[in-house]
Amino acid sequence: MQRGSTLLLISPAVLAIGIFMLIPLFIALGYSFMTADPYGGVQAPVTLDAYVQFLYQRDFDDSLVFTPDYIFIILRSLYLAIATTVICLILGLPVAWYIVCQNEGRRRLLLFFITLPFWINTLIRTYCWILILRDEGLVNKALRGLGLTDQPLPLLYNDGSILLGLVYTFLPFMVLPIYSTLERIDPRLIEAGHDLYAGRIRVFRLIIWPLARPGALAGAALVFAPALGSFLAPDLLGGGKKLLIGSLIQMQFTSSRNWPFGAALSIAITVVILLVMMLRAWSAPQRAVRA
Amino acid sequence: MKRRPFHWRDTPGLPSFTAAILAFLYAPLLILVVYAFNASRMVTVWQGFSVQWFAAVANNGDIRSAAENSLVVAVAATIASTLIAIAGALALERGTLRVGRGVVAGLVAMPLVVPEIVVAITTLVFFSMLGMHHGLINLIIAHTVFCIPFALLPIQARLREMGTVLEEAGRDLYADEWRLFRCVTLPLLMPAVGSGAIMAFVISLDDFLISMMVSSAGSTTLPVYVYGMMRLGVTPEVNAISTILLVISLVFVASALLLGRRRRGPA
Repeated sequence: MQRGSTLLLISPAVLAIGIFMLIPLFIALGYSFMTADPYGGVQAPVTLDAYVQFLYQRDFDDSLVFTPDYIFIILRSLYLAIATTVICLILGLPVAWYIVCQNEGRRRLLLFFITLPFWINTLIRTYCWILILRDEGLVNKALRGLGLTDQPLPLLYNDGSILLGLVYTFLPFMVLPIYSTLERIDPRLIEAGHDLYAGRIRVFRLIIWPLARPGALAGAALVFAPALGSFLAPDLLGGGKKLLIGSLIQMQFTSSRNWPFGAALSIAITVVILLVMMLRAWSAPQRAVRA
Repeated sequence: MKRRPFHWRDTPGLPSFTAAILAFLYAPLLILVVYAFNASRMVTVWQGFSVQWFAAVANNGDIRSAAENSLVVAVAATIASTLIAIAGALALERGTLRVGRGVVAGLVAMPLVVPEIVVAITTLVFFSMLGMHHGLINLIIAHTVFCIPFALLPIQARLREMGTVLEEAGRDLYADEWRLFRCVTLPLLMPAVGSGAIMAFVISLDDFLISMMVSSAGSTTLPVYVYGMMRLGVTPEVNAISTILLVISLVFVASALLLGRRRRGPA
């Protein structure tokens, strides 16, 4: 193919994403250094206020007071995203290993059922848990029916329900990359391990896990990134009372009308996620060489 | 007691663990569907099978206009993103991008990496800065952009998989580039184009967060409307419309995955 026609063919994709995704990201970066317009949008002068707001609040007499509220929200979001990643890893690794151990037909079938939820509306997948967890929901009704409780248990609107929703949403993202690395393991390595009298645990620790690690890292990045910025699970299952970054950003553009602060928060999580991705890209080739 | 011979492929407990995970993934969806057919207005009290809530949803004018918006946006975004993806995949797999291939590939994958909430608000900021308030047009542009990688990935994978042998044969027979594309590459690519287009369609139809931030009063899409209903509480109507959306996604994705499976055959 000619160089000219290559450029012609790639330009629509580059222009569409460049203009409508990359440039807006830089505009948001610019907005984060502006002053909030109380009617939405931004105005002069250029200031660092949005970033200062992460840690401080401007008091009536214009002095800065340390307020950890936003830092708590950010830390809580990080904690929930990390917890989601760890739980998805613990649940996803055995499933991926089980699928690898099956024959060709069953592998395909199982992969199909693991992939399918990814394509189902997250809004609806999250809503299902309201039906199950709310006061008049399935679990509470069952518990009362069995006479185990007479007051409904507060299962919804806490960190646990948010975590459940996040794990439910992102679990497929963990299974698939781990599966694709485990699939490439040479079965002879495992057989050799067992022939040398290693038990299942040692074979897992010394052979399977080291070879699965690149997939687990990829899966961890794929779960962590969207979990950190998630909006629906915290909003619907957390009741919107306990804020996470995703809802906090959304609020700055709706009810709070503080666009610079919302832009600054967006830039912050984008940077965190890019760092995670870079860390993964940087660690992956090294592993490949050693394996 | 007779012990089964040891085999490393059979880890004890793993089959039931996997079954439990699959149950965890699917039971909530099943519960939703069952509730949607419940005759009672009290969602959790079973009073017999009924399709009345589906009828109520079908007769709700707001839901119908939201569904129309969703369909218009999804069809337009699917066509645009699939065309862009075909061209992009050809350039990435068959083109001569000596420098910058990595940069281009990274840029095209951007919608998969940047968190949805960030895409949503940056798009909102961009449109408002330009003073673009065109309702559905804004939505179509935003959807096209984030659908590109979903349409592109299967097409790119297929191009890589089928190799260049047939295209080289065509070139040897003096086909020009356009004829080669029309008579050789495109027909071979069609299953992947089909599955890419369906994926883009489903992703667009299901999108909530970006649509919520970008849409305006007249251009509400179905998920945004349903979210508004959910915020008001659990009702049988929400269960019914959610079930409809669920079934639509399932049908489309199952067909896309089946189309994708066909490409495993000989190129």
